[in-house]
Amino acid sequence: MRNFTYHSPRTLADALDAARESGGDILAGGTTVVDLMKIGVREPAALVDITGLTDLEGHEIGPNSIRFGALARMSVVANDQELVAAAPVLTESLWKAASPQLRNVARLGGNILQRTRCPYFRDTAYAQCNKREPGSGCAALDGGETSHHAVLGGSSSCVAKYPGDWAQALIAFDAEVHTQGPGGRRTILFADLHLMPGDTPEVETILQQGEIVIEITVPVVPALKASHYLKARDRESYAFASASAAVGIELDGDTVRDVRIALGGVATTPWRASAAEDSLKGSPLTEATAREAGRIAFAEAQELEGSAYKIKLGADVVAGALMTAKSRANGGK
Amino acid sequence: MSHNKVPPRAGISRRSFLGSTGAVGAVLGAGTQHASAQQSDTGVAPNSQPKIELTINGKRRTLTVEPRTTLVEALRDNLGLTGTKIGCNQGQCGACTILLNGNRVNSCLILALSVNGAKITTVEGLANPDGSLHPMQTAFAEHDAFQCGYCTPGQILSAIACIDEGHAGSADEIREYMSGNLCRCGAYPNIVAAVEAVRDGKEG
Ligand SMILES: Cc1cc2nc3c(=O)[nH]c(=O)nc-3n(C[C@H](O)[C@H](O)[C@H](O)COP(=O)(O)OP(=O)(O)OC[C@H]3O[C@@H](n4cnc5c(N)ncnc54)[C@H](O)[C@@H]3O)c2cc1C
Ligand code: SF4
Ligand code: FES
Ligand code: FES
Repeated sequence: MRNFTYHSPRTLADALDAARESGGDILAGGTTVVDLMKIGVREPAALVDITGLTDLEGHEIGPNSIRFGALARMSVVANDQELVAAAPVLTESLWKAASPQLRNVARLGGNILQRTRCPYFRDTAYAQCNKREPGSGCAALDGGETSHHAVLGGSSSCVAKYPGDWAQALIAFDAEVHTQGPGGRRTILFADLHLMPGDTPEVETILQQGEIVIEITVPVVPALKASHYLKARDRESYAFASASAAVGIELDGDTVRDVRIALGGVATTPWRASAAEDSLKGSPLTEATAREAGRIAFAEAQELEGSAYKIKLGADVVAGALMTAKSRANGGK
Repeated sequence: MSHNKVPPRAGISRRSFLGSTGAVGAVLGAGTQHASAQQSDTGVAPNSQPKIELTINGKRRTLTVEPRTTLVEALRDNLGLTGTKIGCNQGQCGACTILLNGNRVNSCLILALSVNGAKITTVEGLANPDGSLHPMQTAFAEHDAFQCGYCTPGQILSAIACIDEGHAGSADEIREYMSGNLCRCGAYPNIVAAVEAVRDGKEG
């Protein structure tokens, strides 16, 4: 690892100054940052360690909104039994991610900004990677191994998947991200935070250099209570999603009043399946309509040589997750 | 070299947050004795050798690191505590698991500078002063919960935390909450048995 200047500010103002003046990367838990620095993918001149801003830890369930500090730890939030009852999708998508050790260290602000696990991005021995080295090409699309690449949201420059789990719960439930940066404070719809690769896969979010995520809020809606995160992966635990779904429903008798569906492990960004949601609204939720919603969620999918399985698997995962949510809406587990 | 001193860090605090998120004031690391240590605005320079202090297995140690020194390197190379192993060096295997302020973490993905002031437990700190083993160490030996032993220090610390966290209720739960520790020798069934034995108070 290249050495760097290390800043450990104690106030947000100092953190913003240090980030602006140094042009460095923000360091939270470091499970992405330090990892990428060790393998030479990132070589920042400075790190601004924000873990001293302890006001940004913790989370709170309010009547209208759930607030998560950017420095809340994955493990602490996942284990909050009140949150488990109020919004299972927000805890399941955390404890099914990474490992207990990583969740003790990783923070929610870092979690939503984690980088892709594309093997060519992570291995500097490959010269071709538009995300790491703009304009160099794409080793995955140029005959590479693509079984863990995106089938939704890709471009001819990059098909790297967004690997995170929690983000799917956030996008499904209209979360907002509150930041402070050189331009002041702003609130961003979570759905607007991440950018599809297009011709510039190296630009992954709309955040500016030195802009710090302060907190994340999720509006409380009835569908949160009957929500679920279903994650299919290569092994039972401690693996990124091959295909996953964050869902929630609100029923009026047998009819779907509100439904949320987001897809993980299959797209280049956190991915809301709006057309699939629309297919269910005002209709009964049955095995058949759930399967149809799964099919619709992948109607625009573009398979690569290795990733065709994701389209069938992903549709099944959506259907399965919806049936669990339905049972929760009816008071089951 | 006072400008190289880095303020220490707090441990995990639950729900310490949110009065008004508009006012994020100066915050100091809780429960540490150097909370007033100051660093200059220019940070710790790349070529510098800052000193940090850690309480390791109950003993206070001062050590000189570089900004890029990871916690596992500090333990093994600077302090000679080679019980903590490096497997993948990328957060993927759990061989480097230690307890940081009581919580299990992968020491390969943590910068030593960022945990200045912390309390750390490594496998060297588990046995009693008279040499008698920690119940989890005994259980691993009695249940043959290893072959080559390379993953074992990490497994043992993770297993202790798994029970402490209340995540050892069933064999399935143990498997899920021990999944951050890989064993290339495949000693998994015996590791689960060892954790169950300690959970049930059948060791030590
Ligand atoms: C082996 C392994 C397995 C994993 N498995 C999973 C998995 O199954 N599912 C999953 O979802 N994740 C998984 N992860 C990813 C893990 O969840 C993330 O690395 C972690 O959540 C990032 O949080 P952090 O605090 O460590 O972030 P850091 O590494 O500190 O930061 C991550 C990024 O966010 C930026 N950043 C951090 N905080 C802020 C802030 N407040 N404002 C602005 N920018 C900020 C950093 O500059 C950096 O770019 C895995 C990671 C590893 C190493
Ligand atoms: S898919 Fe994206 S990240 Fe992977 S090699 Fe291609 S350009 Fe790089
Ligand atoms: S060496 Fe740290 S997780 Fe593998
Ligand atoms: S005992 Fe050999 S790796 Fe676990």
